[in-house]
Amino acid sequence: MSAEAPSLELRPKLAPKCKLRLDPKTAKYILLYPEKGLLLNATGAAILKHCDGTQSLSAIIAALAVEFQSNSDVLRVEVLGFVQGLLDRGLLQAAP
Amino acid sequence: MSTEDRLYTLIAELTYLCPLRCVYCSNPTDLAAHPDRLSTTDWLRVFKQAAELGALQLNLSGGEPLLRRDLEELVAGAHALDFYSNLITSGLPLTRERLVRLKTAGLSSVQLSIQDSDPGPSDRLAGRESFEQKLEVARWVKELELPLTLNVVLHRQNLARVAEIIALAESLSVDRLELANTQYLAWALENRSALLPSQAELDAAREIAKAAKVRLKGKIEVLFVLPDYYSDRPKACMSGWGKRYLLVSPDGLALPCHLAHTLPGLSFDNVQDRPLDDIWHHSAAFAAFRGEAWMPEPCKSCDRRELDFGGCRCQAFHLTGNAAATDPACTLSPQHALITEARVAARATPLIPLGLRYREFRR
Repeated sequence: MSAEAPSLELRPKLAPKCKLRLDPKTAKYILLYPEKGLLLNATGAAILKHCDGTQSLSAIIAALAVEFQSNSDVLRVEVLGFVQGLLDRGLLQAAP
Repeated sequence: MSTEDRLYTLIAELTYLCPLRCVYCSNPTDLAAHPDRLSTTDWLRVFKQAAELGALQLNLSGGEPLLRRDLEELVAGAHALDFYSNLITSGLPLTRERLVRLKTAGLSSVQLSIQDSDPGPSDRLAGRESFEQKLEVARWVKELELPLTLNVVLHRQNLARVAEIIALAESLSVDRLELANTQYLAWALENRSALLPSQAELDAAREIAKAAKVRLKGKIEVLFVLPDYYSDRPKACMSGWGKRYLLVSPDGLALPCHLAHTLPGLSFDNVQDRPLDDIWHHSAAFAAFRGEAWMPEPCKSCDRRELDFGGCRCQAFHLTGNAAATDPACTLSPQHALITEARVAARATPLIPLGLRYREFRR
């Protein structure tokens, strides 16, 4: 995991090269980009569905805490780590 | 077959025709033996069957896929099946209007090749004037907000310009830059002594690419693919035979890789005669190199056999004459001298290439 952490104000969105879709064979979401695919667990898929460039990370964490009925402090660590990883790989971008 | 064998990517080689004549083309050298035989309906049926098998990615490739007049229709068909479609192209012949139509039809992304950052060598290795048109196409792709991968095949003739190639990719604001060293098969094997770099040339380029990868993190995805002539272990070619990929040639052969139809003793089914699902699960050719039963030593007892699957079957055949041999790129192969001797022979060849063999259709 990267040492950096994104700001909670950042509004992530999928990079133009990415497409999120359900894989009918595994019933899991997969993030497709040229030549590759990233198979997502339930949390990863839920995070990316919120990454539409309009919601800030703090809003996403709050929404997911409700969806998963989970503690937002625990979720914050998971979401920030996941988002930073995908920002580093150019799969997510910060909306202007 | 193992339950892990799952088709993810269909590679549709729509035609072997191409306006370029690249000296390292990965198409087979008997191009004329594989004319375009599939209709629009055939291809759309193949797409549907591949999607049903689980394929999520579709590479529209060739030859030059733009030479298919029905490309818009094929892209639309792929889009209706929710494929991630990638157009793998030389950029010729293309107009901005046609690119707009392809985008409207639902194309997901474009992979454009250039041969070099320098127009002279780029055109020379492509066998025709094409560099300026390619840059124009790159600009259209970005203007139309399609994701752009720039693909540059690396070899002795352009490795010294990797920094310039990266700078060109930055100036074009590409999304991905694929710096792929030549794989020495097909036309590239014919021209190997003019193309194969030295270890020092390769190392210098790799350092530059590595620095660019860090510098451009999150902006441009930089990939540097080592040539397996300088790797100690072979590549997991196609992620394993019949595991993730299926390729359909212009004449309709269903293949595990780009050159499988050059291997003797295997009979490949045609998609006009047999459904893809049946070919994938039950054909003898797809079973031939799945699993480990076919492996010789040292592969059979090697702890890397599930990582690289013994390497590339086509490289094994074209260098040793035996498709079931250990890939000679592996230093553990008893025939690894075929690789080390080729490296030495390339050093003895002058840098300015003489007698390059250009890709051509021979009847």
